[in-house]
Amino acid sequence: MADTNPIDQFKISTVADLSVGGVNLSFTNSSYFMLVAALLVTGLLALAMSKRALVPNRAQSVAELMYEFVAGMIRSTTGDAGLKFFPLVFSLFAFILMGNMLGMLPYFPAPGFKGFTFTSHIIVTFALAMLVILVVMGYGVFKHGLKFFSFLFPAGVPWPLWILLTPIELISFLSRPITLGVRLFANMLAGHILLKVFASFIVMLGSVGALGAIGAVAPFIMVVALTALEFLVAFLQAYVFAVLTCIYLSDALEPGHH
Amino acid sequence: MALDSTTQGAEYAAEAAFPPFDPTYFASQLFWLAISFALLYFLLSRFILPRIGGAIEERKDKIADNLDAAAQMKAQSDETVEAYEKELAEARSRAQSVAAEAKAEVDKEIAEATREADAELEAKLADSETRIQAARDAALADVRTIASEAAAAAAEHLAGLDVSEADAAKAVDAARG
Repeated sequence: MADTNPIDQFKISTVADLSVGGVNLSFTNSSYFMLVAALLVTGLLALAMSKRALVPNRAQSVAELMYEFVAGMIRSTTGDAGLKFFPLVFSLFAFILMGNMLGMLPYFPAPGFKGFTFTSHIIVTFALAMLVILVVMGYGVFKHGLKFFSFLFPAGVPWPLWILLTPIELISFLSRPITLGVRLFANMLAGHILLKVFASFIVMLGSVGALGAIGAVAPFIMVVALTALEFLVAFLQAYVFAVLTCIYLSDALEPGHH
Repeated sequence: MALDSTTQGAEYAAEAAFPPFDPTYFASQLFWLAISFALLYFLLSRFILPRIGGAIEERKDKIADNLDAAAQMKAQSDETVEAYEKELAEARSRAQSVAAEAKAEVDKEIAEATREADAELEAKLADSETRIQAARDAALADVRTIASEAAAAAAEHLAGLDVSEADAAKAVDAARG
């Protein structure tokens, strides 16, 4: 009988053991999907740009559209100064988008032949969020020195209010990597659990009898609708992550311009 | 079956932590994430993105070039049109002056011809008038002669008087007043 445990899809299984200094660095299905995502993004874009024609074909148009999409996102949030972070934002967007989309496939030519969504693991999304925050802080301090922290002391406010405002600003700053990571993680996790729960309803009802089989139509419709919604979420969360990255970067480029 | 899956779920719950929060694979995930993302970043920033950006830039340049060329051609054609129009206007004014000149000449000729014809007619008229006058005078003179002759003849016939021609003429003249 089909496996109906909604948590099962998040399980990590070791493909090849690897241990360095007692730390478990095994190659797992998660590692496999991360590598596949990175190589697929690179491979598809390289394939799309293989002709590099003046008048682009369909694939090249898509690649250029994606390029302009991310470039436009950066320009609208940070101005042209933010374009030096274009490769980072583009890589983040493409990596997360590809991870989310690969996660929409229930089966995949992978070890165990099962689909896997690495963006549904908080350690992955949190690491990506930390990468963003560290780049923002590193660049901000490198570029502006201690002035970077002037956002903690909002201008145009009488200084006694800083007693109140500075902790709030600090908390909001420190919670950025958490919210950034958790938002993506929670969206992907909840969506996939929901899909699996409704899918398991179909199996359960279907195995009860004729009446159950008729009743199983309802969750089936639900699964179809949810799948469409999840495709939207998969794109939207990659977009949100990239946009927030841009907004945080704009703080590093021009501190004190909220 | 439904029971089966619930027991299965309970087993899983008891077996291990929720996989996304299970720290067993945290190090492995971070390690492979770093490798994958670094690889992606390297390949994209080094090879793919410059290629896409270059293609877009090239197209933009090409379009700008073509627009420039088109603007240049348009300026050229505008110039040609202007020159053509100027020439046309010149030709038109030249034609007008030629036409006016011709008309003036023709007018002059017509006026001359008219004047000549008028003079000729006038001369002819005057000539005719003098001739008529002469004829009239001659006729009148004849009338006097005839009248005096008739008067003399009448006087001779009626009264048997022999009137000389000069007396008859004098009498005719007196009678005519």
